[in-house]
Amino acid sequence: MPAITFIHADGKSDRVETSGDESAMQAATRHGLDGILAECGGNAMCATCHVYIDAAWLARLSAMADDEYALLDGTAAERLPNSRLACQIMITPALDGLVLRLPERQV
Amino acid sequence: MSAPGSAVSGVPHLDVDPFDMNFFADPYPTHELLREAGPVVYLDKWNVYGVARYAEVHAVLNDPATFCSSRGVGLSDFKKETPWRPPSLILEADPPAHTRTRAVLSKVLSPTVMKQVRDRFAAAAEERVDALIERRSFDAIADLAEAYPLSIFPDALGLKSEGREHLIPYASVVFNAFGPPNELRREAIARSTPHQAYVAEQCQRENLAPGGFGACIHAQVDEGAITATEAPLLVRSLLSAGLDTTVNGIGAAVYCLARFPEQWQRLRGDLTLARSAFEEAVRFESPVQTFFRTTTREVELSGATIGEGEKVLMFLAAANRDPRRWDKPDSYDVTRRSSGHVGFGSGIHMCVGQLVARLEGEVMLTALARRIAKIEITGEPKRRFNNTLRGLDSLPVTITPA
Repeated sequence: MPAITFIHADGKSDRVETSGDESAMQAATRHGLDGILAECGGNAMCATCHVYIDAAWLARLSAMADDEYALLDGTAAERLPNSRLACQIMITPALDGLVLRLPERQV
Repeated sequence: MSAPGSAVSGVPHLDVDPFDMNFFADPYPTHELLREAGPVVYLDKWNVYGVARYAEVHAVLNDPATFCSSRGVGLSDFKKETPWRPPSLILEADPPAHTRTRAVLSKVLSPTVMKQVRDRFAAAAEERVDALIERRSFDAIADLAEAYPLSIFPDALGLKSEGREHLIPYASVVFNAFGPPNELRREAIARSTPHQAYVAEQCQRENLAPGGFGACIHAQVDEGAITATEAPLLVRSLLSAGLDTTVNGIGAAVYCLARFPEQWQRLRGDLTLARSAFEEAVRFESPVQTFFRTTTREVELSGATIGEGEKVLMFLAAANRDPRRWDKPDSYDVTRRSSGHVGFGSGIHMCVGQLVARLEGEVMLTALARRIAKIEITGEPKRRFNNTLRGLDSLPVTITPA
C-alpha cells in the first residue's frame, strides 16, 4: 500500500501507511496524527486539514475543485501556491512517497 | 413480497417510540437497544426503518441518491402529504437543485467569512462572561446558552431588532415538525402562525441590513446564482437552523463541563482545548438527535432489504455513542479526537452552519475557562422537550471567578 510522509511545522516527520482507498486526511486521522484537525470529517467545509505539497509532487495531484480552491482562502495559516486540503487528495499507488508539510496551525 | 421489515428480511421489529416523553427523559438505554438489535431495525409505532449504529448512519448520510431528502427529512413524506411550510431549498432538496443552493450558503458561511466575524463574536463572549461574573448565580440556559447567540447571530444575519423574540419559538416549531404527528408537533404547528409571519417578513431583502449574512444571500441573486424568489427561502434556513441549534450546542457544552469538573480543569489548564471541548459536547449530547431520509429505490443495507419509498430514521445521537466506533463512548473527554462524529451530519447535507457553531462554542468556552475557576450546578436541571432537539430548559449554576 502507498505510504506518505507528513512533515510537521517543527521539522519532525511521520510516515503513514495508507489503505489504498483513502484520502491523505483519512490516513492521517486514522493514525492519530497531530496537525491535521479535519473538523468536518472530510466534507470539504472547514479547511482544517490544510497542507503544503512539495513542489515535485504538486503537478502530480488531481486538479483542485472550485470548492477546495475557495476554502483555501479561509485557512488559519497562510495560503501558499502549494496549499491543498488533505481531505481532497486521494492516495493512489502513483502517490506512493508523497510528502505533505503541515502548517503551524489549523484553526 | 414480504411486509416491511418482516422476519423474512431479518430486520428486528422494535416496540419503542423515540418521540415519547419518557424516551426523551433518558434516551440512552433505548439507543443501546436500537444499536444492539441489529444494523437496521423497524419501528412498528411509526412504520419506519431505523439505523442507530455509526456505520449505517454514516452510510445513509453519504448515499443521498438512494436516501433522499426531497421527500422530507422528518416523518412526513412530501410525496404523500403536503408539507406544513414550503419546503427548504437546501435541507429538503436533492442534487442537482441542492448543489446550487448549498454552494450559496457555503459561500456565505465560509471559513473566510468566519475569520471576519471572529473578533466580534469573541468580544461579545467576553462581555457576556463579564455580566455573568457580576451575577455569580444564574440560569446557564437563559442567561448564557441563549443570551450569547441572541447577542450576535441576529445581528450577524442583519435582522431588525423588533420581533426577535419569535426566533427561538420558530426554530422550536421547525424541529418539532420533523417528528411524528404527536402532541409536540401538533401544538407547535398550531401555535406557529405568528412566528411564520415574522420569519417570512424578515427574509425579504429590504428587511436585512447591508453586510449581514442575509444580505449576502440576496446579493447572490445579482450574481445569477439564485433567483429572487429563492433568496428569502435560503435566508429562512438560517433563521430556522442557525440559532436554536447553537443554543443547544453551547448549553450542552456548559452542562458537560459543569457535570465533569476534571474536564473543566483540563480545559482551564489548556485553553487551546476550547474548540475540541465544544466539538466533543456536540458528539456527547448530540443537540440534533435524529433526521429521516426516504428511499428512492429498493436498497440493501447491511443485509436488510428496504423497499422504495420507505422512511429511514437516523439516530445521530446513538451513532455518536456507538462503541463500535468510539472508545469509551459514554465519557465526555475534552481531548478526544471527535472528528467524524455525526452531530452535524455528514455528506452533502452536513450542517452548513457548522463553522458558525464552532466559532461561537470556541470563543464562549475560551472566555468562560479563562475567567471562571468553578461551575457548580445548584438546582435540578430541567429538560426542554422537542421531537428533534435535545437540550435543557434551565440549568441553575453558581460560578466562582478565577
